[in-house]
Amino acid sequence: MTQKNTGIWVWCETHENAMTSVSRELLSEASRLALKRGTVTCALIFGSDIALLAKEAVSFGADRVYLVDHPALSSFNDDIFTAILTDLARQYRPEIILAGATDRGLAFIPRVATSLETGLTANCIGLDIREEDGVLLQTRPAWEGNLMATIVCAEQKPQMATVRPGVLKVSEPDHLRQGEVISVECNQEWLTTNIEIISSSRSINTGSSNLAEAEAVVCIGRGIGSGKNLEMAKEVAALLHAEIGATRPITDEGLLDKALQIGQTGVNITPRLYIGFGVSGAMPHVIGIKNAEVIVAVNKDPKAPIFEMSTYGLVADVNEVLPAMLKALKGEG
Amino acid sequence: MIEAKRLQIVVCIKQVPDAKSVRFDKETGTLVRESAAAVINPYDLHALEAGFGLREKLGGEITVISMGPPQAMDALREAVSMGADNAVLLSDRAFAGADTLATTRVLAAAINRLPGFDLVLCGKLTVDGDTAQVGPGLACRLNIPSITCVNHIDLEKEAMLLTRTYDDGQDVVKVKLPVLLTVNKSLNTPRLPSFKGKMRAKSLQIPVWGCAELGLEPAETGLAGSPTRVIKTEVVSFEAKKEMLTGTVQEQVNALLERLKAHGMA
Repeated sequence: MTQKNTGIWVWCETHENAMTSVSRELLSEASRLALKRGTVTCALIFGSDIALLAKEAVSFGADRVYLVDHPALSSFNDDIFTAILTDLARQYRPEIILAGATDRGLAFIPRVATSLETGLTANCIGLDIREEDGVLLQTRPAWEGNLMATIVCAEQKPQMATVRPGVLKVSEPDHLRQGEVISVECNQEWLTTNIEIISSSRSINTGSSNLAEAEAVVCIGRGIGSGKNLEMAKEVAALLHAEIGATRPITDEGLLDKALQIGQTGVNITPRLYIGFGVSGAMPHVIGIKNAEVIVAVNKDPKAPIFEMSTYGLVADVNEVLPAMLKALKGEG
Repeated sequence: MIEAKRLQIVVCIKQVPDAKSVRFDKETGTLVRESAAAVINPYDLHALEAGFGLREKLGGEITVISMGPPQAMDALREAVSMGADNAVLLSDRAFAGADTLATTRVLAAAINRLPGFDLVLCGKLTVDGDTAQVGPGLACRLNIPSITCVNHIDLEKEAMLLTRTYDDGQDVVKVKLPVLLTVNKSLNTPRLPSFKGKMRAKSLQIPVWGCAELGLEPAETGLAGSPTRVIKTEVVSFEAKKEMLTGTVQEQVNALLERLKAHGMA
């Protein structure tokens, strides 16, 4: 009889010796799942000078932290991270392994899953434990979000999933929480690699723009037209105390920063008010706004799919709506 | 040494439904595949182009492989018409319903059956599965490193110098061959099939390898060899109690602001 797999593991991605927000989201979720499953949450942190992060991991729900602290781990190396996580999983046999569906997570977690000959579900947006047998229910969008699929890996362990950043709820950190910290000695074999990281540049924004938390969001879509309209939309946003966001075509063109992209490949927002100017409502975008309390759509195309999910729709030209809104908002201000 | 030899390049492609023609059945919660025309996964066109570019610089041979039903042969012929030297279709009834783990088993068996390889190229993801898991998983089975999201390739004497662009930054990475790369669309602009290529694609004998040729048990492949199961799918729809505002633009705007005020939002 082989040893039973136990514990929910979270690979905690770090950035400049700080935990990324998706790591906190995953730890929060893992501890909710662990409670339901009656097991422990373990954080796995690989990096250089990261000992201080153990406390943070515990405050977000980890009962145990495995730290692998070595100068060679200061930047992400696919080979090395694969070797470490694979070996630790073989040794300690977790029941579940979760990681952020970030580019780094997606780069090496499939290698770990393949080494362990187990299933892996990508880009989940919801996780749950099935009551009757404790199997992990993994929900993910398919076909650009037009379908929602629930996937299980019932026969193999560990059950593995990557989860989209910005979807799961972060718990309030409990700084009094106690946890066990295990420093794992870095095995030289793990460091054998044909990959050399020559340089690594990270954009300053680590996904913590105000957008995700905003009470009101004005979103710019492809139909915005001129740069002058963009400026007016920003003014409307300021008057409504709203943050500015954008759809993918707008950030792809560089009109607004990538960090402001809303939707499946960007930030998921939960504002009370969302106003889309020239937003058509493609599925990858609307997935990120569906939790808004009130959705307002301004689009001159009456067939734009966004109207289907809007609380209030204005079939009108943004060129006319923006000046009219500014006038009205200022007049009343 | 990269310079000294002709590269053996394998490009993995997948035939996917054309996103423009996909329909969804709300009753069954599934995709209606028959409605969709099939194309080469858009990212894979960039993997092919990366192969062509390297072959032009270094000499070498490109073998394109695809796992799929018999009609995936069309995708392989298209790749040949663009310039691939050889093609192999990996097709067997047993392969149906494969998840990414079972898929990499078949692809790895096929690549290991080729005379040799220096470089494996894949698209960053497929637009139907959208997992980005097959590339790195395949590298694991081939026991070679993988670098994902590559959007620039430079050649050095004994290694490749790659730029990979991540959601929050960019790395420059040096890697020795053999290696598997998954490529971003920004890496290059795929070429169109040539007339000569189309003629060649028509006449080229493309072998079909199944379990028997690959030395795999049917139980290791397809649905039987897949640890994951889809237990439910639903067509997503967001319903809203929508109100279309009417009148002139100014009237619509005023009506909107009135309502927002009622919500305490303006």
